[in-house]
Amino acid sequence: MAVTKVVMPKLSEQMESGKVIKWLKKEGDRVQSGDILAEVETDKADVEMEAFGAGVLRKILVSAGSTVPVGSLIGVIAEANDDINSVVGQAGGGAPAAEGGAKPASEAKAPSDAAAPSGAKPDMADRPAAVPPQPRSEDPAARKPAPSKGPEAPGSQRVQEVVAQQPRTLQTLPSGDGGRVKASPLARKIAAQSGVDLKLIQGSGPGGRIVRRDVEAASTAPAAAAAAAPVLRPVTPSVTGPEYEDVALSPMRAAIAKRMPLSKAPVPHFYVTSEVAMDRGWELREELNGLEGQPKISVNDLIIRACALTLLSHPGVNASFQGDRIRVFHRVHMGIAVALDEGLITPVLRDVHAKPLAQIAVEARDLAERARQRKLRAPELSGATFSISNLGMFDVRDFSAIINPPEGAILAVGSVRRVPVVTDDGLGVGRRMALTLSCDHRVMDGAMGAKFLQDVKRLIEEPLRLLV
Amino acid sequence: MAVMTYREALNLALREELKRDPDVFVIGEEVGLYEGAYKVTQGLLKEFGPKRIVDTPIAESGFTGVGIGAAMVGLRPVVEMMTFNFALLALDQIVNSAAKLNYMSGGQYNVPIVIRGPGGPAHQLAAQHSQSMEVYFYHVPGLKVVRPSTPMDAKGLLKSAIRDDNPVIFIESETLYNVKGEVPEDPDFTIPLGQAIVRREGTDVTVVAYMGMMYRAMEAAEELAKEGISVEIVDPRTLQPLDTQTIIGSVRKTHRAVVVEAGAGFAGMGSEIATEITEEAFDDLDAPVLRVTGAQAPMPYARNLERLKTPTKEKIADAIRRVCYANGSR
Repeated sequence: MAVTKVVMPKLSEQMESGKVIKWLKKEGDRVQSGDILAEVETDKADVEMEAFGAGVLRKILVSAGSTVPVGSLIGVIAEANDDINSVVGQAGGGAPAAEGGAKPASEAKAPSDAAAPSGAKPDMADRPAAVPPQPRSEDPAARKPAPSKGPEAPGSQRVQEVVAQQPRTLQTLPSGDGGRVKASPLARKIAAQSGVDLKLIQGSGPGGRIVRRDVEAASTAPAAAAAAAPVLRPVTPSVTGPEYEDVALSPMRAAIAKRMPLSKAPVPHFYVTSEVAMDRGWELREELNGLEGQPKISVNDLIIRACALTLLSHPGVNASFQGDRIRVFHRVHMGIAVALDEGLITPVLRDVHAKPLAQIAVEARDLAERARQRKLRAPELSGATFSISNLGMFDVRDFSAIINPPEGAILAVGSVRRVPVVTDDGLGVGRRMALTLSCDHRVMDGAMGAKFLQDVKRLIEEPLRLLV
Repeated sequence: MAVMTYREALNLALREELKRDPDVFVIGEEVGLYEGAYKVTQGLLKEFGPKRIVDTPIAESGFTGVGIGAAMVGLRPVVEMMTFNFALLALDQIVNSAAKLNYMSGGQYNVPIVIRGPGGPAHQLAAQHSQSMEVYFYHVPGLKVVRPSTPMDAKGLLKSAIRDDNPVIFIESETLYNVKGEVPEDPDFTIPLGQAIVRREGTDVTVVAYMGMMYRAMEAAEELAKEGISVEIVDPRTLQPLDTQTIIGSVRKTHRAVVVEAGAGFAGMGSEIATEITEEAFDDLDAPVLRVTGAQAPMPYARNLERLKTPTKEKIADAIRRVCYANGSR
């Protein structure tokens, strides 16, 4: 005889609202605890929402496609003869049903001995229209946001307020624009080993299928060619049709739009740039990648390793501004920015200071791969102490990144370029890469940033240090 | 090593086994006095006499049944089908008796019989005499099925088939009887059943083919070599049991595969091999496995239509170009 409120779950620290992609149960369906009720799109990932109470899905309050704030009542599970009118009336068209939204069931469970269920009529479910809604004035508890303790519903019923249990990431890929990348199994395998992003390659097989030769060409092409690899089809400008269109913000784009000014305006950024000789790092990487049975190491993996080691000796950079104090982290959790078609996402590689290069390579690739498939789990999306953003694959000389609060710094990585360099006896050709550190001036000063960058540079230029 | 024809290699294998084991005998239409419709049993009646080389009436079910009964009591019959298409008349004997008696008797009987003769398309033999008969047999648990493409294989595999304690379907080809090749004269030379062979090494694509199709694939490979496509050709030799490891190993190297079979493609050997490859080597594939097969139609008599029905060198070459995503492919 329990009524279970189904509310929009809070699935990440940043999540403020969520969109119901589709309901997998319809009104009148019997549900068991653990059944998948609906798919929900958050600013980070698509997740399945499980039922946490058994009964009949009596009411769906938010239809597929709608976005509501976290904590909003979106459905009601109850037995067929339970009176749900007061619970439904409380929702007020999708407004938050309770402060704070998610609450474990045990905490939210009202005392069951509050009153005996006596007033419920068995035929209510069949003729809900016959039962007038409870006048609001008579039942203040039902329409106010429930206090954190005490009965939350009319005395005749026990109400559980429940969110999705451990959310499970969807197994299916989002069928967005263009759908999935078509690639042969071998091409996928080689791309995964060599770190080539299949989305950036144009396939030469039938129907644009990416085959081995396309991946091999992409992984051996110089940086400029790789950047040009995305499809460059001549576009004939249209002279008819509307001049513009307004595109609705995806949840991810909305989150980025909201969070970036929150960083750039209040956080006083300053920037330190340094050029790193990559000749030895490049050679080492090629040598490592020539070894049978070793995971492929990317330039980014070398940088992650170098930053992780350097942050241990420069804890002031691995720090966060906390209003009246500075929090200095003793462990390094590295945010790695991954570009997606619809925005970007920064999965977190945890305890990276304690991981050897090969492990970093494998885990970073796995994170990036799952980020692109939007298969990351919520805990993998928060808790970074420092971040790296690499646009090297786009033939970018250098750039500056916006700090992802509450982190204290972010490193922006440019392309490895072959450039003329002054040697002892004249001019030669070398590989160079620009690193730009964006720092929160509330946490650190110019010299701290510069010294950190100097040590990162030294590690990369003497890359054997990355292996010990 | 001596150079001899496929027909002579089969004849030599029979003669050696008849000499080696007094339980071996040959039975079938015209195998004795006429010395074989395709002369595979030439000289055997004279050398071994009518108790070992037995002429029969035109009654496939009957003499196949005689062979199975003889095998059950310890002899090793070699039953000749004048063409393997005639084995349809003995299908019940082969499928329900030869293949199953060991199982149904709980191992009390085994049936060490060889049923041999020519099969597959030849030259204008038309609808009833051009069938790739192996498809009717490799599906049946309890039968081994051999298709030898060269004189050496013909000898080595026929000797293994005769010595095998299970029923073996051994299908030759009218078009290969005059093919010449090197054959070991050593009477102890055999080739184990269930072993494929790499006929030609290559790096770009694996072609699986046997009998006449193997020779056409070799010609296509020669032509494609000029276009820079390196073709590896695997000949399974035994279809049941099938040596999937050699095939898979080759595909893991080349990453592409084309399977050729003379008969109609639906549920044929090509489907089986393509599926084995997909299951075992999916992540090594750079292209879908393609089949080149006969058309789903009876074999016409007219030469031009016969050519349309059958996989040709051109059709094989085109499929190879397609799996290689090469220019010039349709």
